[in-house]
Amino acid sequence: MIATARKRTGYLLILPAAVWLAIFFVVPFYSLLATSLYDPEGSVLTGYDMTWHFANFWTALSEYGGVMLRSFWYGALATLFCLVLGYLLSYAIAFKAGRWKTVMLVLVVAPFFTSFLIRTLSWKLILADNGWVVNTLQAIHILGPEGRLLATPVAVIAGLTYNFLPFMILPLYTSLEKIDPKLNEAAADLYSNPFTRFWKVTWPLSLPGVVGGTLLTFIPATGDYINASLLGSPNERMVGNVIQSLFTTQGDYAVAGALSVSLMVIIITMVLVYVRRAGTEELL
Amino acid sequence: MTRIGRWIGSHLVLAGGILVLLYMYIPNMIVAVMSFNDSSGARNLYAFQKFTWNNWLHPCAPEGMCSSLVTSIEIGLLATFFATLIGTFAAFGLVRHKFAGRSLMNLVLFLPMATPEIVMGSSLLALFVAAGLGGHLGFVTILIAHIMFCISFVVITVKSRLAGLDGTLEQAAMDLYATEWQTFWKVTFPLVFPGILSAALLAFSLSFDDFIITNLNSGQTVTFPMFVWGAAQRGVPMQVNVIGTVMFLVALAAVILGEVGARRRRKAIAAR
Repeated sequence: MIATARKRTGYLLILPAAVWLAIFFVVPFYSLLATSLYDPEGSVLTGYDMTWHFANFWTALSEYGGVMLRSFWYGALATLFCLVLGYLLSYAIAFKAGRWKTVMLVLVVAPFFTSFLIRTLSWKLILADNGWVVNTLQAIHILGPEGRLLATPVAVIAGLTYNFLPFMILPLYTSLEKIDPKLNEAAADLYSNPFTRFWKVTWPLSLPGVVGGTLLTFIPATGDYINASLLGSPNERMVGNVIQSLFTTQGDYAVAGALSVSLMVIIITMVLVYVRRAGTEELL
Repeated sequence: MTRIGRWIGSHLVLAGGILVLLYMYIPNMIVAVMSFNDSSGARNLYAFQKFTWNNWLHPCAPEGMCSSLVTSIEIGLLATFFATLIGTFAAFGLVRHKFAGRSLMNLVLFLPMATPEIVMGSSLLALFVAAGLGGHLGFVTILIAHIMFCISFVVITVKSRLAGLDGTLEQAAMDLYATEWQTFWKVTFPLVFPGILSAALLAFSLSFDDFIITNLNSGQTVTFPMFVWGAAQRGVPMQVNVIGTVMFLVALAAVILGEVGARRRRKAIAAR
């Protein structure tokens, strides 16, 4: 009797969330899928006809396949840089910060309360053609005298790395923090070299954080278009730029839908393969 | 020799970590500096010209900026309220009750966090257009979208707090003849409350800062990030940096106050 009552309470408690997500998250996927098969000849004003127009996918991928590839490439590079920087910082917080741990963790999150757009715009100033970064790089001949950073892939990838760093740090820190320091001591007895110690003990134990962090970085970074718009030129256009302009300015819903569905399918496939290979299915 | 090596090794990591932390603060410092920039008559809006207090004295001077800020705060508060309510219920349901379909629910809650915003935003737009609401996009559709993507973050935050809860405290209350209702309000809720509070803070900041999903579903309504985006095409008014700096300081103050409060409570408990 009590068991059924508790079960019913359980259902009642999750009901609002389940309904909300069903209507505004699951059903929209269906609408998106339908949109991707509309007759591309329609418009927002006249309405679209559902014609199972699979050719939309062909149009989307043949026209924007290069942009899609670039997005994954930029996303992957940004994720890699985030992993290196984020690992260093999370490791320092988890093992070296001592009583400053909480303070440092707060400091990691705090800058991100300033609007994402405002912070990205300030990179425009940092990387500007006459800024000190460009001047320094020109002085030490890493950049040519006409070289620039703004409106290049470097600026876009740097912006992505900066913007998604906390998504890497928080999961990494969570899994590093769980590691018992005694294991490091034991490892120190086994392996004399600190690098071997790291590879054989700390790194494998931090893998759930690495997988979680790379996913939380890679997925939004690949779909982002703010960095590409503000810091890049049309040559650095990412798939997000295309989808949003097809939807909002060009009003080409059918191809935009097809492109959006393709992006989602590719990302889900990549995530599943990645999680399988890393052996961390329990994350899902 | 090895001891020196180890000292350098351990401090090198810490120094590296601090450098990464500094890197994360570069834009905030720029934003703070630029809030004192006098850009009047300047051609290049992305360089410091002249010092002025004007931006701080007249933060609402740019047309439409403060009204967009108000819109963002309204949407943020409403979305936070509903998402925190719905999400906290769901977290309790998932942690405290066993029922069929739990793992499906967990998956549905995880997915919004693993979906690119552009896909979520465009599919919502597809739904609204298919429902004939294409011409009625605005405040309500933005609010619906924000509640949707905030729920998942609320659920995981409250869930982790609930999972770490010591169940013996509730058993003790029940042993002392507290009813289930009393136990909940006098024991469980106060213990979970910090988790709910941080979930609400997270939800507000996610909603307040969202651009990609909002931009697709906003119609004529302008939120603060959309104002910044629109202004970025012509050159951002320097007052935007004032708002950015204030947001940063408010958030920092909130987090510090929370931490001080938590410390004091811990001390009070220890002193008992």
